[in-house]
Amino acid sequence: MASHLPKRDLEKVGMGVTGACVVLVTLVVCALIFMVAQKGLSSFFKDGVDVVGFFTGTAWDLHNTDANGMPFTGALPLIVTSFAVMVLSTAIALPIAIGSAIFAVEIQPKFGQKVFQPLIELLVGIPSVVFGLIGFYVIVGAMKAIFHVPTGLGILPGSLVLAIMILPTITTLAIDALRAVPDSYRQGSLALGYTRWQTIWHVVLRSAAPSLMTAVILGMTRAFGETLAVRMVIGGIETMPNGLLDAASTITTTLTTSMAVYADGSVQNDVLWSLALMLMGMSLIFILIIHLIGKKGGDRA
Amino acid sequence: MSSIEASQTAQAASLQTAAAEARRAKHIERAGAQDRIATFVLTAIVAFVMLLVVSMVAYILYQGIGMLFHPGFLTEASRANGTQGGVAYQLFDSFYMLFLTLVISVPISLGGAVFLVEYAPDGPITKIASTAIETLSSLPSIVVGMFGFLVFSVNLGWKYSIISGAVALTMFNIPILVRVIQQALEDVPQSQRDACLAMGLTRWEATIHVLIPAAMPAIVTGIVLSAGRVFGEAAALLFTSGMSSPVRLNFLSLNFSSPTCAWNVFRPGESLAVHIYKIYGEGSPQAQEIVWGTAALLMVCVLMFNIAARVVGKMLAKRMTAE
Amino acid sequence: MFEYNCSRRQFLGLAGGVAAVAGLGLAGCGNSAAPAEGSADAASTLAGEVTYDGASSFQALVEAAAEKFMDQNPDVSVSGSGNGSGTGLTAVAAGTVTIGNSDVFAEEKLEAADAEKLVDHEVAVVGMGPVVSKNVTVDDLTLEQLKGIFSGAITNWSEVGGEDAKIVVLNRKAGSGTRATFEAAVFAGEENTFKGDAELDKSGDVQTQIAATDNAISYLDFSHFDDTKFNAIKVGGVEPKSENVFDNSFPIWATEHMYCAKDADEATKAFLEFMLSSDVQESLVEEQGFIPVSEMKVKKDASGKVSNL
Repeated sequence: MASHLPKRDLEKVGMGVTGACVVLVTLVVCALIFMVAQKGLSSFFKDGVDVVGFFTGTAWDLHNTDANGMPFTGALPLIVTSFAVMVLSTAIALPIAIGSAIFAVEIQPKFGQKVFQPLIELLVGIPSVVFGLIGFYVIVGAMKAIFHVPTGLGILPGSLVLAIMILPTITTLAIDALRAVPDSYRQGSLALGYTRWQTIWHVVLRSAAPSLMTAVILGMTRAFGETLAVRMVIGGIETMPNGLLDAASTITTTLTTSMAVYADGSVQNDVLWSLALMLMGMSLIFILIIHLIGKKGGDRA
Repeated sequence: MSSIEASQTAQAASLQTAAAEARRAKHIERAGAQDRIATFVLTAIVAFVMLLVVSMVAYILYQGIGMLFHPGFLTEASRANGTQGGVAYQLFDSFYMLFLTLVISVPISLGGAVFLVEYAPDGPITKIASTAIETLSSLPSIVVGMFGFLVFSVNLGWKYSIISGAVALTMFNIPILVRVIQQALEDVPQSQRDACLAMGLTRWEATIHVLIPAAMPAIVTGIVLSAGRVFGEAAALLFTSGMSSPVRLNFLSLNFSSPTCAWNVFRPGESLAVHIYKIYGEGSPQAQEIVWGTAALLMVCVLMFNIAARVVGKMLAKRMTAE
Repeated sequence: MFEYNCSRRQFLGLAGGVAAVAGLGLAGCGNSAAPAEGSADAASTLAGEVTYDGASSFQALVEAAAEKFMDQNPDVSVSGSGNGSGTGLTAVAAGTVTIGNSDVFAEEKLEAADAEKLVDHEVAVVGMGPVVSKNVTVDDLTLEQLKGIFSGAITNWSEVGGEDAKIVVLNRKAGSGTRATFEAAVFAGEENTFKGDAELDKSGDVQTQIAATDNAISYLDFSHFDDTKFNAIKVGGVEPKSENVFDNSFPIWATEHMYCAKDADEATKAFLEFMLSSDVQESLVEEQGFIPVSEMKVKKDASGKVSNL
């Protein structure tokens, strides 16, 4: 190979090749951000969609047009549904995830490592459409039977499906976070006469709190961006939801069903890119929060 | 007077200690009870989660395993918009796209990770690059799919094609791989690096000959696990590889430009996961059998990736330590 | 310390293998990219790739015809999916597929400039009618009543002669040609902002949902009717049957269009000719539950006006 080259050149080649990979990835990400931003902002600057109306309007209808020939682009129902689904699914998954992480680290560590963790990692590997499929046939049916609603589609089944999907994300990260708490903390607390639960509650959870927060936010990021599994159970009506069993539509599900329908460059297409820009903005905000938590945790330690 | 007072004080004191004693006992008892309740609740949660996982996997396999052994399911093309026939081409397309994705993403991720760990461990470049990679990893896959549609399918004129899908999956896969490889390289003991440099090797030589081989088991495990994730991805493919496979494919043809050639990367293709999304709502009994069969097939593949990752990782580690 | 040390030869072998595989893959890409442009060689046999997307209502017909066409032309690949008329028209205008299938005229969905670049092929006619769940007792609705139901003004079956139960309205997504056709007939151009209880992606989804839901109403093209799962009902006393569509006495129907670009390749043009040939028109069209264009005594133009032939 290149071994006959002088050493200094070899080092340069290595650095060049690997550096090029990094530059390539960075450039692709920058291009992606730039393009999404450009497409997403053009609806406001080029097509004249009202920015305030976009965030506060409640009428979303790309198919019909108003007197000025503009589609109805009030995205508030989509935003509200996206947040509702995210918050609800996190609220369902959080206690279960943290609870099982505590069990797997503090109460039965051996069982946790040998049996529970591989099992929960299996859940990570299940494709999202399969979750959606189970949601469509099992959860939606259960909704119909329990609440006597006509279609069974809506925010609640969507949140339940998402809760199962983000459960392994939060659980595995929480297990890592709890494992990282030094044993000396536990021993100190037990030596003071605290019970195991008191130790967990007052010492372990408290000192792992920043990492646990990160785990939760990563779970929320996944819930916010998930698309197809939600589309299969949520009903797809782009109006302000009145209840948890009303059909609704999140930002991502609207993108899936509408994206290919409208031609590149049309107002409708640009508005959909604005939604994509909002999704991207949200994930950047989530990253920022994680960094802030990391910094704060670092300062305290 | 004083003695009475003293005895009274003593009495009061002893009463107080008794009360305190009782309070403490009660407190301990309550703490003990709390401990028992908490343990019980946690056990119940874990039992519930395990039941959930096991019943989900069992349900999918129960619904779909019969179809896997149904003659033709794995060998026939799909007909009538996927509601009849088999999923042979979808299965092939899934693996083909996965293969192309890995061919593109593994070298790039490997190079990127080596640079980040070995050449620029600290500094502005690393910071910018890792932020970029983190951003990519947290983007919803639908946004990646939309970007892929715009750039590859429309602007580059690749239309709905296997290669468009593979490149979109690459963008989805790179952040996962970079992180795994970075972790694997960082886990190689510093002493090995020092030893190499002390022997006069350049960093490049040290990386190629010592660090990457040492990290190989973890890298391979990571690649196989990420392959499982890529295999089940659907949202990024809807607008890039399309929602249909050609009706007839010729696997023996080596004419890479022919639309019926299975290996042509510019023909449309459909992954198993996309196929499920396409036909999940179709109500005919046959379509439902196919959709569950596809789900079971997908599950079996993902399980195999999981097991393969563990086995291969262990095997490599063993072979390397044995020498 | 070198506990993970593997022999240099071993590692090089592995790396070489990976490189070889990568090289092959890239070479494959290179090979396929180069001749892709001039693939239609001038030989007598037709070769090429035809892709379509669009209306789910008559996708079955296109697919059945494609099977026959490929039997005759083994070097042509015809494939596609049914993601709705709007998607199909947009895709053919953007060039991501070669044929766009649509229940509606391109002029209704696309910008005039884009629609002008496309060539229309009317391959069949299909009636579309309201369908209700099995438990619904109503079997006849006027256009006026349908308008009330699908605009949200009528919300209970008792208002249209049925039992006292809330009406569950199942709609198709906004890009659907079936929805556009249905709304054009029922609302006659009036704007409708009511969305109903769910919006579904495909005709097949409607079949499933309406079979699984009580007190529901939706709409489907005749070829998707299925007596075992739901009931198709009369409109203004007229049965939803093909014979009643011929003379417009059943008012909800659409012409099935297949659009291609003006400069479409040979294979695409040949396939579209085949769709209009007697092979398809005289057998497949009716087999699949559609009406040949030649049977029609009336026609509809892009503005929805019906005139006698």
